[in-house]
Order: sequence, then C-alpha cells, then structure tokens
Amino acid sequence: MALAEARVRVAEPVGSAAGGIGRRRALRLAGLVAASGLLVFVVLLSLAVGAKPIPLGTVIHSFTGFDGSNDHLVVRELRLPRTLVGVLVGAALGLAGALMQAITRNPLADPGLLGVNAGASLAVVIGISMFGLGSLSAYVWLAFFGAAVTSVVVYALGSMGRGGATPVRLALAGAALSALLGALTSAVVLLDQATLDQFRFWVVGSLAGRDQDVLVQVLPFIVVGLVVGLGCARPLNALGLGEETARALGTRVGWTRAATALSVTLLCGAATAACGPIGFIGLVVPLAARAVVGPDQRWLLPYSAVIGPIVLLVCDVVGRVIARPSEVQVGIMTAAIGGPAFVLLVRRVRMAQL
Amino acid sequence: MSLALQRSRSPITGRVVRTRRISVRLDGRAIGLSGVLAAAIVAIGCWSISVGDFPIPISEVVRAVFATASDDAEFIVQTLRLPRVLTAIMVGAAFAISGGIFQSLANNPLASPDIVGFNSGAALGAVFMIVLVEGAGSLEVSFGAIVGGVGTAVLVYVFAYKRGVHGYRLILVGIGIGFAVSAVVNYLITRAQIYEAQRAAVWLTGSLNGRGWEHVRPVGFGLLVLVPIAAVLARRLRLLELGPDTAAALGVRVGRARLGLVLVGIALAALATASAGPIAFIALVSPPIARRLVRSPGFTLVPTALVGALLTVTADLVARRIMAPTELPVGIATAVIGAPYLLWLLTREIRTGAM
Repeated sequence: MALAEARVRVAEPVGSAAGGIGRRRALRLAGLVAASGLLVFVVLLSLAVGAKPIPLGTVIHSFTGFDGSNDHLVVRELRLPRTLVGVLVGAALGLAGALMQAITRNPLADPGLLGVNAGASLAVVIGISMFGLGSLSAYVWLAFFGAAVTSVVVYALGSMGRGGATPVRLALAGAALSALLGALTSAVVLLDQATLDQFRFWVVGSLAGRDQDVLVQVLPFIVVGLVVGLGCARPLNALGLGEETARALGTRVGWTRAATALSVTLLCGAATAACGPIGFIGLVVPLAARAVVGPDQRWLLPYSAVIGPIVLLVCDVVGRVIARPSEVQVGIMTAAIGGPAFVLLVRRVRMAQL
Repeated sequence: MSLALQRSRSPITGRVVRTRRISVRLDGRAIGLSGVLAAAIVAIGCWSISVGDFPIPISEVVRAVFATASDDAEFIVQTLRLPRVLTAIMVGAAFAISGGIFQSLANNPLASPDIVGFNSGAALGAVFMIVLVEGAGSLEVSFGAIVGGVGTAVLVYVFAYKRGVHGYRLILVGIGIGFAVSAVVNYLITRAQIYEAQRAAVWLTGSLNGRGWEHVRPVGFGLLVLVPIAAVLARRLRLLELGPDTAAALGVRVGRARLGLVLVGIALAALATASAGPIAFIALVSPPIARRLVRSPGFTLVPTALVGALLTVTADLVARRIMAPTELPVGIATAVIGAPYLLWLLTREIRTGAM
C-alpha cells in the first residue's frame, strides 16, 4: 500500500493543476483509512494470539455475545486492556517522535531527547528502593512524575539566556540531565540488588500484565497530548520553513514550541509510565511515515500516530509467540526488529528524503 | 550538532627546533602543563594508594612501591592498590586519546567511537560472556568486549558502505544497529540470574574494582604500541582539522589518514573498555579540557592523555571513598562529574551567543 502510493506520488508532475492536488489528498486519505484498517486487524490479532491461541471468530463473539467462558474472559479481561494500552502507547510514541523531529527540524530527534526516560527511570528506582513500591499502577504515577519534572527542568535549562529554548539547547540540556540521572539510577541499582531485580524487567519496556487500571491512569494524558499535538500541525509546517519565515507568516514561534513540548511530555511521559521506556518507535515510525507521505505535518502527524500502534502491536504479538511459553518484552522486540528494518530503510531511501 | 566549532585560531607559540632532517615545535606551555599534570597524577595516585580500609601513610606507600616496606603494606600496595591505580591511569589516557581522535575527525565535540556502534557491541560481548558462559573470568569478559565492539564497528561500516561511506548514512546505520544490539543486551539481562545481572550492571557502568597486574600488563603493552602510532598520526590529524581539501593540498592522503586514525581510535577504546568497561565521559571531556589548558587550537596528544589519566584516577578515588566501605564503580563518579561539564558547555554557548 505504502509503496504503491509513493510510486504514484513520484509519477505525478510537480505543480500540476488543482485536480492533481485534490487527487493526492484523496490518495493520502485513502492511505490513512487503509492504515487504520490494518490497525484494526492487528488489534484483533493481538486479541487472538498468545499463550493460548483463540480463534478470531471467538474473539469477535466475546464482544457480540459474551458468555463468560474461559476464552471470552481471557480476551476481555487480559488481552483487551493490554492491547488498548499498546494502541495508546504506540500512538503516543509515534506522534511524540514526529513532533520532536518537527520541532528540532532534525530527523534523528527522539522523544527521549528531553530526558523523559531517564527521569522516569530514576523515579521508579527510587520508588522501588526507598518506598518499597512494587505494583505496575504505582510505577505509572512515579514514572509520570519523574518524566514531567525532568522535562520541565530540561526546558528551563534550555530556555536560559536570550533567544529562548532553541532545539540544540534543549537537546544538550536533555543529554546532560539524562547522563546525570542515569548515573544516579545506576548508583541506586548497583547498591541494592532487590531493586535491580525489579527494575531490570521494567526498564526494557513491556506490555505484559497491563490491566484496566493502567489504561485508565494514562488515558487522559495521552488523549490531551494527542489533541494538542495534532493541533500543532499547521504552525509546525510554518516553522519548518525556518524561524524567521514562520514569524513573517504569523506563527507564534514561542507558543508553538511550548505547546509541542507540552504534548511530547504528556505523550512520552504517559507512554513510559504505562510500559517503561520503549526506544525505537519514536525514532523510526516518523521516518517511515515521512518516506510515505512527505514532510507535510498535517499528514505526517496522523500517519505517525496510526503506524506507531501497528508497529508496537506487531512487535508485541511476535514477542508473545517467539519464545513460547514465556514472552519477549515488546521493548526488546521493537529494537530487535526495528533496528535492522531501519538499516534497510537507510540503505534504500535517498538521504534527501530522510 | 555544531557547537563550539569556531575555535579562535591563536597564533602559533613556542620555539621551533630545526635539525637538517626534522623540525619540531616545542611549546613551552604544553610541556610545563604536562609536567604539572604528571605530578598531579603521581600525587593523586599515591593518595589513592594510601587510603582505604587499611590506611597506609604516604611515606610507607613510596617505600612499598619500591618493595622495602613491611609485609602487610607491601602486599596491599603491590598486589591490590598499585595495579588498580596504574590501570586507571592507562585506561583514562586511552579513552582520552581515542575521544580526541574521533572529535577532531568528525569536527564535532560530541563524537565518540560509539558513532560506529563500538560501545553497544562491546557491551553485548561482555554481557554475553557474563550471562551465557559458565564461569567466565575477567579475561573472557574482556575478550568478549573486544570481539563484540570491533565486530559491531565492522558490521556498521559494512552496512553503511554503498559506493563509499557517507557520513550521515554511517551515523544512521550506527544508530539502527546500536539499537538492535542493545535490545539483545537487555534481553540477556532479563534472562540472567540476579547475580549475573548485577555483575553485568557493574561492568556496564565501568569499574576498576579488583583490577590487578593481569590487567596492567596487556593495557600497558597495548599503549606502548598504540600511543607512538597515534603520535605519528596526530600530525596528520591536525592538518585534517583544517578540512579535507586543505589537508589534501598540504600533502595528506586523506582517505588513508582517516582510516588509520579510526583504527587507532577504536583500538585504544577497545583496550580501555576491555579492562575497565565503558567509563562514561572521559573520552568526551578530556580533549576539550586539554585544549583549553594548552590554549592550542587543535588536538594535542600528551596533555589530552594526561588529563584523561588524572580525571580517571581522581574519579576512582572519589568512587572508592565517597560511600566507604562500599566501593562504587568509577563510571558513576565520572558521569556525575561529566554531566555538569555538559551543562557548563551549554550555558557558555548560550552566553557567547554561539547557539
């Protein structure tokens, strides 16, 4: 689907009449609808596949005519919350990555750049080590708190001096703070074996055991983040032309950056809170989306938000079947599958398109 | 990221000594500074040897190094603390030179051997040995780190190669492979017994705990070979800093010089990582500190190495004593020192309006 569309786009004469633009828009819309359809299919797959395979018919039947049987319970009580958390987290990471790359105008920017993952990790480690917390829903608040505090500090550090928060300053401040927090995290973990034993499973990023509580906890943050982020598309398009041009076009640069940073923090903080740090989605999904639809943020952002959950859920499903009866965490699978895929993409696509 | 690249090119200082065949510029400031740094390394090293659960007075330390002290002191100094301090010095120097080479080559103050995936590969090799190989000692772990690091670097190069190695593609491929390799490391750590996981975590932080003569000898020998090569290549590196075209015009074979420098840089990083793990920030901060102290516009080998050695010895002393009797890994101390340096770099750039 994606390839066919890209080919059509290339074949189009540049700057053709309004009819061409309308057709392109229709194609992109069709692509988005098709991607959403694929997402629905992947969701059904994620409900059906697992330690106990359940036929698709039974999965659908558990919603249309719930009869309380074991299979129906597994689908509705265990797999549905996990899958929905996966959809939310995938959408959040995909969109956060696209926003981060748009605001920094750097295709290598990653939502972790603001120090969100490092802050969340330190908060979780402190919670485990000093307050003896051990439940997933306790981790959610800790991680979200740590992520939020860190990104506020990074933003404050990056906005010192004249000129406000430029992307390079934010990146440097994020890198510095991440290093510092990472060192503190290792210090705690190395001195406390019991904490390491819990932390090592959280830090790889996993969807296992995420239930309705986790879903409800992160839902509002991710919804607000999605709305704010998708609303930034137009001013981000203007910003892509350069700060001065954007100003001349009437864009409020400071507001746009602040709103984008807020959205990234909400999305990435909530995603990390729900699943632990999952690295690769935020970097690769927007790059893939850009290869399909080009640099227009009005399309790039929604495409990223739809492709993100597809990739995350597929990785999760593969992780469930690859090492039966146990599971490989989704954070490991995304990097293990995404890394080589990314290398192939880099070798195929011309650099100008990245 | 291009920051702090517009270095002021200060006029060339020092005295030029010419014979018929060679001419050498002797920079008085660099020589004097190197003397001060070396003295500081010796002083901190002696201090580090003297403190611990069994304190040894400095005078006794000096005598014990030359093996004329009491039996207890001699054992502790000769077997436990002296090799650790020597390892710290040499590992620090190796990381610093390696970092300086990569930063000058990439003309980027944040560059490191990690752009070709070296560190993540070394981590995979070491963790593989720790988790999957029964009874792997430190020798096996070091071996694993070297194989993993160099193997990953080669892999990144091969995959980035497509009618020549394009800089941007190299970085992207390095990121992709680095992610995949780190995923395997994480997987191994979740599958490990908890004591193996802890050993892996210590290794990943970078630690000098329990380093003995069996570590000093290979690193020392490696440095004896690599540092002279680096010294010869450093001349070309300084020309390369002027840009590839200028360097070529001045008679440097750019491709060959770059390849040689990358190989030496990776070999030094491999040596250091194999003996102490990936100690953070030494490679990053030593070259610019040396540059600032010497007031040299380019890479200076000896001061850079000495700054790295001094930082590592000091950080190890801090890490050993700050929560005594618990010894923290040295990598935590270097990160706590290095992160503020990055922040300082940031504020300075903001003040001077460079960003």
